[in-house]
Amino acid sequence: MEYINAFIVGGLICVIGQILMDKTKMTPARVLVLFVTLGAVLQGMGIYQKLVDIGGAGATVPLPGFGYALAKGAIKGVKESGLIGAFTGGITGTAGGITGAIVFGYLMSVLFNPRSKK
Amino acid sequence: MKTKMSPNEYEKFIKDKVPKPKLFTNCLKAFVVGGLICDIGQFINNSLEGMKLNPEQVAAGTAIILVFLGAFFTGLGIYDKLGKFAGAGSIVPITGFSNSIVSPAMEFKREGYVFGVGARMFTIAGPVLVYGISTSVVIGIIHLLFFK
Amino acid sequence: MAQKRLGKQTIKLSNPPSMLAAAAVVGPKEGEGPLSAYFDMIQKDDYFGQDSWEKAESKFVEEAVKRAISKSGVSITAIDYMLAGDLLNQIISSSFAARNLEIPYLGVYGACSTMAESLSIGSMIIDGGYADHIICATSSHFSSAERQYRFPLEQGVQRPPYAQWTVTGSGATMLSATGNGPYITHVTTGKVVDFGIKDANNMGAAMAPAAVDTITAHFKETGRSPGYYDLIVTGDLATVGKEIALELLKKEGLDLQNNYNDCGCMIFDNIKQDTHSGGSGCGCSASVLNGYLFNQLKHCELNRILFVATGALLSPISAWQGESIPCIAHAVAIETKPSEVK
Repeated sequence: MEYINAFIVGGLICVIGQILMDKTKMTPARVLVLFVTLGAVLQGMGIYQKLVDIGGAGATVPLPGFGYALAKGAIKGVKESGLIGAFTGGITGTAGGITGAIVFGYLMSVLFNPRSKK
Repeated sequence: MKTKMSPNEYEKFIKDKVPKPKLFTNCLKAFVVGGLICDIGQFINNSLEGMKLNPEQVAAGTAIILVFLGAFFTGLGIYDKLGKFAGAGSIVPITGFSNSIVSPAMEFKREGYVFGVGARMFTIAGPVLVYGISTSVVIGIIHLLFFK
Repeated sequence: MAQKRLGKQTIKLSNPPSMLAAAAVVGPKEGEGPLSAYFDMIQKDDYFGQDSWEKAESKFVEEAVKRAISKSGVSITAIDYMLAGDLLNQIISSSFAARNLEIPYLGVYGACSTMAESLSIGSMIIDGGYADHIICATSSHFSSAERQYRFPLEQGVQRPPYAQWTVTGSGATMLSATGNGPYITHVTTGKVVDFGIKDANNMGAAMAPAAVDTITAHFKETGRSPGYYDLIVTGDLATVGKEIALELLKKEGLDLQNNYNDCGCMIFDNIKQDTHSGGSGCGCSASVLNGYLFNQLKHCELNRILFVATGALLSPISAWQGESIPCIAHAVAIETKPSEVK
């Protein structure tokens, strides 16, 4: 059941992204920025947590889930250490993903070269 | 040329001559691929939970593994083909975020490891982090002021 | 008015320069297309043995120029000018190729209209008596254009159905004051036209009005009718732009239904090769002209053509700043016999 929920919630979030790209000619970069911001704002209002409760990875794996994790971390930080927490909380909550992306990104660029498209 | 058209008139004139993306098929592909990537995420998540990690470690671990997979398949030259097929289905998941870091890093390697790889890897990820992190700080401050 | 001028945009060359030789060097994908038999060289490796796409593109130019020179039999020291340009910032592909050739060099930029632009200027220099031999060349490369204008190659993005595929290849023409043709008889220089298209994927729609503007001016100022030519061929409007151009031409009272085609529609098999709307880039019109069209002219399969290369004069910066895309088209009339005096 968990897998079905993740599939549906995750799939639907991607469909929203697809509609934005096809209908408004938004570039992928803009879609990603919009989704991260949206995820953070929705979590700020306490809404995104409900989606995560239903969809599990279906809500956390897409980019709004990254925004969600940032906002959740910032709120947690505020509760633990006040104003400083607002600054440290977000990245603390997402440190793994961000650092992973930088390190693996660097590593892959050392190992591989781009190929022309056929 | 006698014909004069304003941008709006020209936009209307060409409207039925420019083919439109196949929205329904594109959405279907995005749904299936996006859903499957999330299920892979769910599987990793569940496996890590089975290893008795705490929820924060599970979340971080899942993100790290997915980011690795996105980076690795970009390096192998598979992710761009997946993206061509799935569109947002492979752009929106965190693996797509990873692809958006690795692909410019690889592309600009020829310009050197500092200003090529180091600087260019953030062309797309940079804005995502700027807006994501800034929004989270604003939300944190709002919570500090109104909900604490 | 100057003696050789027919109108605001068109000139008639009184001593029409001859296209002594032409060469087209293309990449692997172009080599699998319908025109493969007409190219001088199909380079299977689109890195061309280099370590960057930019160097590879430069190598394409160098190869095309060298081949055109050797086919013409003119010694490299007898060449008075090299006129070339391409799509990369500061036209590095052409200039870097010229670095190895030691021919007096003038860089020109007209985006994908560069082939017609260099032929126009070259013809005028020769007709003016300032040169005997001029080599005109241009190039584009899919991978160098993608990284400059669009996305990194390995980024997983979808191309819209109206997008075009940048041709990897280069074409070079050797113009000469003497020779047996085909001759460049008329030159119609385009004006910059902008109908307000902002989507950099929708090049065909952006450039079509520029092509129509130049074609209309050409017919008006030469007094010719479309039926005079065996073929009127635009540079890289591709299927979307071609249809729009035909429609706009009809509005101008010109019916080109029977003798009009577009290099972007000729170079690829869009369905089999998944090139969406068709080919684009300087190399598109350059390789079709110097490969296929030159061959047809040489064998008198075609006797009179109007070659109208089209260019989108945007830059990555203007696109980021949300500017619309100014476009241009330059026309050269190429005929196997010098046109009769009117």
